[in-house]
Amino acid sequence: MNLSILRLGITNNFFRQTRISQSVLYCRYSSSGNQKLQQFNIRDEVPDGRPLYLDAQATTSLDPRVLDTMMPFLTNFYGNPHSRTHYYGWETETAVEKARSDIANLIGADPKEIIFTSGATESNNIAVKGVGRFYGAKKKHIITTQTEHKCVLDSCRALEGEGFKITYLPVDKSGLISLEALDKAITPETSLVSIMAVNNEIGVKQPMADIGKLCRSKKVFFHTDAAQAVGKIPLNVNDMNIDLMSISGHKIYGPKGIGAIYIRRRPRVRVEAIQSGGGQERGIRSGTLPAPLVVGLGRACEIAQKEMAYDHKRIEYLSKRLIDGIMGQLEHVVRNGDPETSYPGCVNLSFAFVEGESLLMALKDVALSSGSACTSASLEPSYVLRAIGTDEDLAHSSIRFGLGRFTTDEEVDYTIDKTVKHVSRLREMSPLWEMVQEGIDIKTIQWSQH
Amino acid sequence: MSATHQSRRLVLSLYKDLLREGSKFSAYNFRMYALRRTRDAFKENKSITDGTLLQKSILEAKENLEIIRRQVIIGHLYQADKLIIEK
Repeated sequence: MNLSILRLGITNNFFRQTRISQSVLYCRYSSSGNQKLQQFNIRDEVPDGRPLYLDAQATTSLDPRVLDTMMPFLTNFYGNPHSRTHYYGWETETAVEKARSDIANLIGADPKEIIFTSGATESNNIAVKGVGRFYGAKKKHIITTQTEHKCVLDSCRALEGEGFKITYLPVDKSGLISLEALDKAITPETSLVSIMAVNNEIGVKQPMADIGKLCRSKKVFFHTDAAQAVGKIPLNVNDMNIDLMSISGHKIYGPKGIGAIYIRRRPRVRVEAIQSGGGQERGIRSGTLPAPLVVGLGRACEIAQKEMAYDHKRIEYLSKRLIDGIMGQLEHVVRNGDPETSYPGCVNLSFAFVEGESLLMALKDVALSSGSACTSASLEPSYVLRAIGTDEDLAHSSIRFGLGRFTTDEEVDYTIDKTVKHVSRLREMSPLWEMVQEGIDIKTIQWSQH
Repeated sequence: MSATHQSRRLVLSLYKDLLREGSKFSAYNFRMYALRRTRDAFKENKSITDGTLLQKSILEAKENLEIIRRQVIIGHLYQADKLIIEK
């Protein structure tokens, strides 16, 4: 009893102290003389309605046209596409094969070269481990980049454990790899080069055609993780000499849990299957195909191909609106990744003197991310930003804005307003910002060691 | 002359139907997209004079109208709260 009173006393005291510290903060605001900021309290900001979605790199919504194509296969058409003895199997098989050719069309491949998987992560595993292990007896070297997605890097780590040598190519400040460095890294031992088409964090597009040409001339297989690129920028496996390509469904307004891998037949690329089973998908990926998802992925690719030019123009416009809107009202904002060679739907900005996580907390009525969703639980700065040489403090203050097919002008404008408001507010609280306003160069300060 | 007049009326009524049905999407983003895409598509195809191309576009519009009608119903069955900018 006594104990609980004591505890209560502590809590009350704690609250009182918090309140005091808050009022101190309020004083800081009023000293800055900004009337608007004076009234702000993050606790008063209870969002009325669902947040806006600006995280198109994490996932996209299912296009209603895709759902419409999937619905029959979630209801009446439930046959197993591998059943060869009855009508239920045949009708599903027909739909699955149509989806396969829609995917192939989008990337200029032959339908036979498309293997369905559970997503780009599985595709990347099949490509890196599958090719690595198949040719592993003679060739034990794989080249990739430092800015790849975690699943490629982790697959490479797994191979390292099996005695493979992996070269992690560095990228320059803009996020691009150097073709010379790639050329030098390729040895007679090299079996595979794996370089992503569009980066998921900074949107940088690698020179696919040049890399493909180089790899082909050196007789090395070229794999690309095109999860963020397929359906958004034109890709052709033959023009670009791509031997393996990973595709994801849910990044192109298709269903989640489905992806595909393109594996070239001429010249033939062979992979060691990771999953054993009934030998579906040419033995590369055993397991019954999820027909509704497959049909959805096919439809998503069909729409993406038809709408690519329209969507790209639209996203370019929104991207410019967003960047101009934010940069026009705020100083010390840096765009990460080369703007010239980036996919416009991925805008990664660093707001100097603002802590990224605080900004994300304040911007809770807009669904945003500081980088990839896989690492969003940790407070570590992104390894992609570190690889492009972003300063530690700027890497901590980055936010990724993902624009998609269904993003509206109003959403972009709202995001601009809120971002400008909160960045200004958080900067007003920062002693560093105050020093910068007084003309002190932060970089020259010798901070005492502690 | 009467054939083009007829198809003109058909195109106009399809345009109106698509806008009317599209505006019924309960999800803000799909609603705005349906309206924007319909307007842009009709603007883009305004100058089509080729008969077969016109027929193809009309067929496509009809299919899309059916999709929108079905998807509006599904959207209403599983509604979410309104977005913050709608309030």
